[in-house]
This record gives sequence, structure tokens and C-alpha cells, in this order.
Amino acid sequence: MEVKILSAKFDIKDAHMLEVAKQHGAYSQLDKLFSMEPVAVIEEVKNSGLRGRGGAGFPAGLKWSFLPKGLNKPVYLTVNSDESEPATFKDRYILVRDPHMMIEGIIICCYAIGCHDAYIYIRGEYTSQVKALQKAIDEAYAAGYLGEKVAGHDFKLDVTVHRGAGAYICGEETALLESIEGKKGQPRSKPPFPAVEGLYGCPTIINNVQTIASLPYIIENGAAAYKQYGTEKSPGTHLFGISGHVNKPGMYELPLGLPILDVIEKVAGGVLNGKKLKAIIPGGSSTPVQTPEDAKDLTLDYESMAAHKTMFGSGGIVVLDETVDIVKLVENLAQFYHHESCGQCTPCREGLGWILKIVKKILRGDGTSADIDLLVELCDNIEMKTVCVLSAACTMPVRSYLIKFRHEFEAYVKKGASAQANVKQG
Amino acid sequence: MDELIMVKINGMDVHFPKGKTILEVCKDAGIYIPTLCYDERLKPHGGCRLCLVEIKGKPVPLTSCTTPGEAGMEISTESPKLTRLRKTILELLLSNHPNDCMVCEASGDCSLREMAYLYGASLDRFQGEKWNLPIREDNPFITFEPNKCIACGRCTRICNEVVMAGTIDLVNRGFNAIPETAFAKPRSLKNCEFCGQCVSTCPTGALTDKKGRGKGRAGDIKKVKTTCTYCGTGCNFFLNVRNDRVVRVTSDFEAPVNKGNLCIKGRYGYDFIHSDERIKTPLIREGEGFREASWDEALSLVAGRFNAIIKEHGPDKVGGFSSSRCSNEENYLLAKWVRCAVGSNNVDNCARVCHAPTVAGLAQSFGAGAATNSLEQMSDIDTIFIIGSNTTEAHPIVSLYLKKAISKGAKVVVADPRKIWLAQRADVWLNMKPGSNIALINGIIHVILKNGWESKEFIKTRTEGFAELKAKVEEYDLDRVEKLTGVSRDKIIEAARLYSQAEKSMIVYGLGITEHLTGTENSMATANLALVCGQVGRPSTGIMALRGQNNVQGASDLGPLPATLPGYQSVTDPKCREKFGKAWGVTIKDKPGLKSVEMLDECAKGNFKALYILGEDPAHTDPDLHHIRKALDKIDFLVVQDIFPTETTKYAHVILPGASFAEKDGTFTNGERRVQRIRKAVGPVAGLADWEVLCKVSTLMGYPMPYTHPSQIMDEIATLVPAYGGISYKRIEKKGIQWPCPTKDHPGTTTLYTETFARPSGLALFMVLDHVGSGEVPDETYPLVLITGRVREHYNNGSQTRHAVGIIDLVPEELVEISPEDAQSLGIKNLDWVKVLSRRGEIKVRAKVTKRSQTGNVFMSFHHQSTLTNVLTSGHRCRISGTPEYKSCAVRIEQLSQE
Repeated sequence: MEVKILSAKFDIKDAHMLEVAKQHGAYSQLDKLFSMEPVAVIEEVKNSGLRGRGGAGFPAGLKWSFLPKGLNKPVYLTVNSDESEPATFKDRYILVRDPHMMIEGIIICCYAIGCHDAYIYIRGEYTSQVKALQKAIDEAYAAGYLGEKVAGHDFKLDVTVHRGAGAYICGEETALLESIEGKKGQPRSKPPFPAVEGLYGCPTIINNVQTIASLPYIIENGAAAYKQYGTEKSPGTHLFGISGHVNKPGMYELPLGLPILDVIEKVAGGVLNGKKLKAIIPGGSSTPVQTPEDAKDLTLDYESMAAHKTMFGSGGIVVLDETVDIVKLVENLAQFYHHESCGQCTPCREGLGWILKIVKKILRGDGTSADIDLLVELCDNIEMKTVCVLSAACTMPVRSYLIKFRHEFEAYVKKGASAQANVKQG
Repeated sequence: MDELIMVKINGMDVHFPKGKTILEVCKDAGIYIPTLCYDERLKPHGGCRLCLVEIKGKPVPLTSCTTPGEAGMEISTESPKLTRLRKTILELLLSNHPNDCMVCEASGDCSLREMAYLYGASLDRFQGEKWNLPIREDNPFITFEPNKCIACGRCTRICNEVVMAGTIDLVNRGFNAIPETAFAKPRSLKNCEFCGQCVSTCPTGALTDKKGRGKGRAGDIKKVKTTCTYCGTGCNFFLNVRNDRVVRVTSDFEAPVNKGNLCIKGRYGYDFIHSDERIKTPLIREGEGFREASWDEALSLVAGRFNAIIKEHGPDKVGGFSSSRCSNEENYLLAKWVRCAVGSNNVDNCARVCHAPTVAGLAQSFGAGAATNSLEQMSDIDTIFIIGSNTTEAHPIVSLYLKKAISKGAKVVVADPRKIWLAQRADVWLNMKPGSNIALINGIIHVILKNGWESKEFIKTRTEGFAELKAKVEEYDLDRVEKLTGVSRDKIIEAARLYSQAEKSMIVYGLGITEHLTGTENSMATANLALVCGQVGRPSTGIMALRGQNNVQGASDLGPLPATLPGYQSVTDPKCREKFGKAWGVTIKDKPGLKSVEMLDECAKGNFKALYILGEDPAHTDPDLHHIRKALDKIDFLVVQDIFPTETTKYAHVILPGASFAEKDGTFTNGERRVQRIRKAVGPVAGLADWEVLCKVSTLMGYPMPYTHPSQIMDEIATLVPAYGGISYKRIEKKGIQWPCPTKDHPGTTTLYTETFARPSGLALFMVLDHVGSGEVPDETYPLVLITGRVREHYNNGSQTRHAVGIIDLVPEELVEISPEDAQSLGIKNLDWVKVLSRRGEIKVRAKVTKRSQTGNVFMSFHHQSTLTNVLTSGHRCRISGTPEYKSCAVRIEQLSQE
């Protein structure tokens, strides 16, 4: 089932080093690139159907074409490597094992959109990754792939690495821009969208690491070759991180469109120790949960996920076996998002805290059925009522657990009520 | 006209100009939308989420504060779903709020409480632990109750976006976010301007005015709208009055000039009103001291002595000083009193010692001596040229407009010997030597002409005298200008380019232009520059001479000037004399009287006998104080009317209690020519307002002034002063009008000279000017240049701000600012005691070592009675208007041994 496009060099010794990477094709596409018109590059990427790998799946070429024309302002590219969605571990492989693939992708993108200053925003916790990345960039500069004349062509490009300081919200693209500008990472109201008014008020394209890393293959082999993988609307391959209760957890590159249960069974070796499958988180912690029943016809592509009222997300699949306590899982989830709320919008700042408080109350045995209803209502009154989607990243999955596993919450309520009754009688 | 578009709001058609947000459209249409994080002064934030509205076709509700109205939108501002949503948001906020409305300072003035009531928010649904953080009161003005904070970010945004002070920001993330200073240090002048803008925008009781706490809440107080008594910006605010005492100042968000913004003096400088040190009864000299007297006794004495001296020495030995601190009506009355009851033209006002050169200079160049544009237009300037104005300190609210322009990308050129706040943020800082204004501006014009950057069309159609100017500035090549000004040529060229090449450039100047030997010529030089580039006669261009005192414009407008009658109508013009003679029933003398500085010169010689000084303190604020003291000592009869004992009252024979701005009705005219009301909020301390006292004195002297209300005086002014012809109390009840306003249906004038200039030819005149330099320049004995000016916290002679609780604690003493280089060579460390000496005297003061001063220059303010800076300043005066050269004199500094 596995395909090696993005991960082609992952298992080659020292492929993160320029000399080795070059032997395996790194930067081999630049002469071809500069022989193309920028608009032809955009067209090729559009035709490939490559969709943004940050989670939302917006077509990359289309995003680039939103840049306003004829403005007397610089255009910026920002590569989002703030990989911080729980259960997500894909970009880090690229950063460490094949950073030159991403740098080549940056060159391709910048040439296409007319950008001469690219920023890589990398999460602060990625200490070894940032070292590897910076080393690769230094090598690229020294070899003339970055700087005044990229690979000897009349094209200037500088790449700057900017480290985050440990905030989940800075993975949100406008909070990320604020953070690069030296401000507190808080999302901006949209419109204006970054393509029109982004970094330092200038048109800015923000793409995920994996999106950018997919570009060299597309330039080398063409859109048609890329589209042979995946489905019609979700072409190409994706790095999936499979974790939780499986026998062979890990990162796997797969074409899009495979049945999720097959992947768990055949790629990840099935549920750990032969236990029963209870639920699947399909694409990182913020995606609504799927029961085995739901997942029967679920395939790993954007359309199937949407049809199942969940999201493709970041490709971080978490497998939960029958031993998992859903209420405790929700507590953990709410704790995370409450802690990561930037505090800008009232419903998120205050509301996520209350979701946590009420779940804790239920876990303590002090909850009532009305509290479960209140949780659902809170989710309704928070979700999509805020500047960014952080609040929804909490309420969407929480609501899905409340609805699909309500009986587990009710069990805690009942247990608590009878314990209290015993105390009173005693 | 902006294009009008239409939307449907709650089923109703609403038309509005494109570009407005849905919230703005609803506000204009009177449709209520709840908000907690919105303040008109700030960029829309979209954080509180209360203003969400439903728009047909949009999948989720959108924040009305950030969403622009688009044609055809169908908007619902209320629905069961929105109500549920808003109620939940409010309940979430209340879940971590003390809900102690009973004892909360903001009760009655709290948006959270108001909205909780409106949406029926319950306190029961979310119950849990609450914050229990200590109240912060570690500064003189602002109390912070963190438990009441709803993290709307208004305080931090106004501090950073509007004031650009950067004092507070929301620290921590999410639920723990809280407005705080850097490293939680107490607020002090090191990190805060104490403007209280954060308090003004707080929607709850989290931030309150410390001085007003416990003295009356919204429901207990009477709010009296008035105009600030400090600088000439003309901010409006509300005096909050309870039991005949002003307990607080709050923002008036409808105010045309300041839109609710205030500075430290405006918001916290009010306690002088009820100071125990106020003069509460008339005082009559008895030996070396004074005794209290009744109004009847004092006024009879004043009238009797004036009449006797006039009879003995003639009216030309008698005169009056009027005050820019007093109302238009009082200035008019004093001008009338001198001309009618005394019978001379010996009347002047304190603009003589500040902006007389503007009046004289701009009148010659343009035809009228006033700022050409409106303050509000400043936010749209493309290039700001600031010369001789420390705007952020002397005119903090004007500077907010400049800051707005800067944040919108305006280019900034600052010409100033000191590295002031604006210079630090300038694209070009022209670090000129004091007194080199003309050389600098001639040099800039030289560059402009050499590069062809002038506006040929404007010069051709709107001006005269260009050939002469061109010939003169030809002489100012950059080699010469570099030498004269000390500014490097590349900076001069860049400044010339930025000013001339921008679409809208404005010159903003202050007393750094006027208080020089060549003050009048300096102001004409700025006019030359504006005219060469055609940067006048359009919005956001022109010359804004920033007026230093609340009513310096009005005082000059209304006649206490030796050569002109009210409305700048010349005493040498028979028609003007006839007009006023007829109206006032007297014969006006045809010879101009003496200027204030000349009256004092005559006093010193023993040639001047009696003087009425209304609200002025020359023995503190005039230059070369030894000379002034000698003059005041020699006078036969001196009446001083003031609200506090001052250096000058020490010399009086009779002291009359003045009424502060809070104790009387009247009008002030601000620096953009806007005539605005002041209103009586509390009774006069001594029972009579200044205008009443003037009426009584005049009547007792035999010239009756039977006015019973200041509005009658304004009605009389309107018949005699064409620019004020359309002004009446009724018309300016809500919003002041900018003169010229010739008729009752004239809307007033925001931008002068849009078509013609006010000179007889209708054209502006280029003036041929030469560099002269300062009257006194440094030499071996006195090697440093002393520049004087204001600091933000204090005001002029300080009699008001030194009586303001908190302000005097923050800035208790005078400091001489000296550069690190000079300090080092003199062996002076920060806060060391030093002696400053000039040819005229010496004073003891502590040093502040700062990079704001360039080598060779030192700076002092003149706010402290304990350190009379003007002992040092020189007797040099503007050659045309007589304004003293406060901005430059030669001094020496000596270190004092440790004391």
C-alpha cells in the first residue's frame, strides 16, 4: 500500500546532507523550473490537484493565484512548520530526513509567486529539527541554491527560520504572521486574507511543509504523474502518522483514498493485542471521532471524511481500543485546548474552561444529565463564533464524543448519584 | 459624495456611504448592538463576540464590528439564536466576575452590568471558583481591580494603538490573560504617561480613577460638559460634580477635537479647583503683607485709585494685561475696559510672550495669523514637518493625530535641537542649532528649487514675490546651511524631498519657531516653504501653529492688543475706530498703545503708573526676572487677579480672587479657531467670576457694563467682529464652530485659503528672509545654550498642576537636561545638584543626564516656583512682535559639591 514519493530519501543514510541529497536528485529540477514561466508553474501545480496539507485541504495552486497583481509591495512565502496538532508527526520527518526537498519546494513556490523572502515558522519545541533545518539552509546558501542568484539564475531568494515559543495557536496562519512580526500570537480577523494583506501588511502565501515538499516531484514528473496516486479530487500521497492502540504505530506514506480500516489492519498491524476497536480519531485531535460502524466505508481522502461529518485534518490517525475511557479522553482534550486558547475571544477563552470544569465535575461524580446537555449547548454557542477555529477544534470533537458516547458520560452521572445516595443513607 | 449603498437591517432599508462596518451603520441608524471590546477610537477587534449578527446567506454569524456593509446584505441584529449566544457569553464573563455591583466604583457606568440586565444573564448557570487577585493601587491615578477585568483588551489597545505609550499589554495566554505592565512593575513615569486613556475605555470597574473613588458614582453626580483649561488643543470633557465639588473628569466621546481622548493634565489636573491655597477673598496690601477685604471695599479702592491716577497722570500711564487663560468674553471686556473706562490703548495679552509672531508673521504672508487647517485633518497627512514643537509633551492630544498618521505610514521630518519622542521616530531628524530656523528653511527651499520640486502652478496662480525669494534662497547653498544649522546636507535634501513630493504635507510648529529674536520671520519662513510647494489651502496641508494656552487664539482675536481692536481691526484705521467708538460710546485713540513688555520697561523707568493684570504671572514666566521684579516694584498701583498666590501677586496692591474655568460660563477659542463653551460646574470660590469683577470695576469707574450673562457679551462680539459674526451660545451648545463664521447660517471654516488668501490682492506673499541667529550666543564664559519649554505633566507657571494631587508627586522639581557628553566633561552625574548661571542670574537645580539633549544644549522647564528658570533667560525679543527669546540664551553649568 505504501508509496515512496515524499519519503523516497527518508531511509537513505545521511540524505539530510546536501551531497547525499544531490546524488538522489535534490535541486535537479531548478534548471527546468527557471526555463518555465512562473504562471506555467502555478498552472502545473493547479493541474496536479495538490491540496494544502496543513489540514484544511485548500488547493495550493488556487491559493497562489489569489495574490493581487500589480501591487507595489513585496510578496512573502511563509512555510508553516508549527506542527503542533496532537497526534501529528509528519513534517518533522521531512525537516530532519530530507530538508533539501522542502528547500527546493520553497524555491519552486517562490519563483511561481514572485517572492524573494521566505520564512519558515517552526515550532519552538522542535529543537533538533530546527538545527537540522538550519544546517540544510546554510548548506544551500553555501552551494548557491539560496541567496543573490539561485543556482546561478537571475533570481534572488532569502530564507529565514523563525522559531515559535510554544503556542499551539501560532499554527493558525494569521497568529503565525503576528508571531513573526514580533507580536503576541493572536489570530487576525479575516478578511483581509493573508494572500491580500499578510506578513507586514503585504500579500503572503502560507503553505504547510508537506505541501511545499510535494512540489519538486510535481515539477519533475508533471501533474499527470502526481495525479496517478490518490483519488480524482484528492490526488497524490500523504504522510500519515498512525498512533494509539495498534501493533505497528508509525509514519507511513500512502496514496489518498484508501479505506481507513484496511490501513489500520494491513499497514499498522491491527489493534494492539487483538483488543476490540472502540473508536478512531481520523486526522488529529481536533477531528470528530468515528466509531467502527461509522468507519466501515470511510476512506482516507477529503471527500469521504466530509461525508462522514469529520475532517481529513493532518493525517494523524489515533486508534482507540475498548479500554479507553471516553470521558477521561475528553477531559484531556479540553485541558489542552483550554490551555492553548489565546484569550482574544470571550467564548473560547471562558467557554473552553467551562467545558473542562463541567467534564471534571462529571468525572468527580458531581454531574447531572443537565450538565451533559449544557456541554452540548456550550459547544453550539462557541463553535464558529470566534475569530479563528481553535474553539471549533475543541468543540467539534467534544460534541462528537458527547453524542456518540453519551452513555459513558451518563454512567459517570449515575455512578456519582448512587454514591451520593449511599452517603446520605449512611 | 461617497457612493451610497443599501442594506436591510431587521427588515428596514438603510442607506450609508461605502466603507462603513455593519456596526457603524447600525450605530448611525440608532440600532442597538451590544459590544464590550469596541471603542470608536480603536481598530475593530472582534474579540468579545457580542456584536455577532446574522447575515442572510452566511453560514455563521459574523462580527458586525469587523464586517463591512455590502450592498444588498440582509442583516438581523436580534434573533432567539443571537440572544442565546449573547446570554451565554455574558454568563461566561459573569462566572468569573465579583458581581459586587453594590459597592463597585463603576456601578451605573458599566457596560457588562447593562448588558447582563438587557439579556437577562443568569448568575447560576456557571458557578465555580473565581479569581482572587489583589487590587493594584501602586500609582497616583489608576486603580486596577484585576478580578473585574474581562480581557477585552481595550486598555492595552488604546495604550499601544492610540497613545503609543506601550505601558500595558495583555500578558499570559487564554484564561489567564490580564493587562499588565512589563514585568509587573508599578506604573511610574518610566513606563506610563498617566493619561488615563485605559480608564476611559474600560467597560467595567476594572480600571477606575483613583482620585475619584468613593466620591460619587454615575448616579450621584452631575456631568457638566466643558472645555479644558490647559493647552490650546481645545479638548472637551465632563466635569463630574457632586455636592458643589468636582470629583472626577470623564471623557466626552462626542468631542470634535479629542473624541474622548485626554492627557494627564486634562484628566487628572483638576484638583487645583478646590485647593485650600486658592485666593478666596479680595486682599489689600497692608505694609509688607495683605489683609482680607470685602468685594465692595476692594473694588471701590481699585476703581478709585485707577480714576485718581488717570486724572493725575493721564490714561496713557495706565494699562491692563489680559490673559489667554481667561474666556473670550473676559478678554473682550478687558480690552473694552482699557479703551473705554481707562481711555488708552495700553492693553496686551500673554500671547505677546508666545504666539504674537504667528499672528504677525502669518498675517503678512497669508493675510491672517491663525492655524490654517483643522486638527482632525492631521491623521491624513502624508508628510509631517514638525519644527520647534515637542508635540507629544506640550500638546499630547494633538500628537495623537500625528501618531495616527504615523501608524498609517506618514513620513516624519522633525526639526528640533532636542531628540524628542517624535525625533526618535522620524524619517529625518534635522538636529539644528537653536536659532537657525531661517537658514534651515531657506536651505530646504534652495534644494527644492534646485531639483524642480516646487509647485510651479501654485506659485504662479496663488502667490506674489517669488522672484525675490528665489534670489534670496540662491544664497543659501548647502555648504553655508550646513555651517549655520549644524545639520548634514543629506538630511536637508531628504527633508526637502519628503516635504515637497508628498501629496499632502503639513507644517506643525510651536514656540520653537516664535520665541526667538526672529520669531515673526521664522513663522514667515514656514509660510514660504508651504507656498513654494503648494502645501496650503487643502485639507491635511497648511501650517498648524500649535497654540500653547487654552484661549491664546481667542485672547488675540478679541482685542486685548495695543494696535488692534477686537477682530484685528486696527486702531490706526479711522473706519475701525469709528465703528467701535460708536458701539462703545467713546473715542478710540488713534495711536497704538504699548506692548506688555514695553509697559514693564516703562514701569522700570518709573514712567508707568497703574496696571491691572488679569490671570498672568510675569514675575515667574517673563524672561530676565530681575528686570521684571524691578518694574513691578516701581509701579504705583498694581491690581492682580488670579486664582492662586503667584510670584506676581507678591507685588500687588490689591489682589482679586479669580474664578477657575469650572466656576464660570464662557467660551474658549482653540488653536484651530474653534469657539467652544466652558460651563459653570461649581460656584466661584470667592463668589464672583472674573467677567463680573471687570463689569463692576468698570461701572464703578463710571463706564457702566451692565451684562448679566456672558452670552450677552458674545452677542455683542458677534456684531463687532466679523469672523465671530455667526457665533452665539445657542449655536455652539453642542459643538464648537471654527471661525471665520461671518453669519448665523455659516457652518464655520475648517480649511483656510482654499481659493484666495486673506491679503488685499488675494495672493500670498513670499517674504525675503535672512539668517540672523540668536540674540545671545554661547562664548567661553557661557558655553552652553539653554532652551526652555514644557514637560508633559506640568503647565506653565505650574500654579494649577502643582496643586494637582499626583502630578506634583510625579514631577516635584525642576531638572536641567544635559547631554551625557557635557555631563561627563563637567563631572556631573544624573541627579547631581548643579548651578546654572547666565549673565543675568543663577539658580540651583538638579541635573538629568539624557540623550535628549545634544552636546552644547541644555533644557529646562519653567513650571516650578522653587526654581525660577526665567532668572536666566535673556531680554532679547522678537524684532517685530516683541516676543522674548525664551528658546535660546547662553549659560554655564557648575557642579555643586554634594549637599
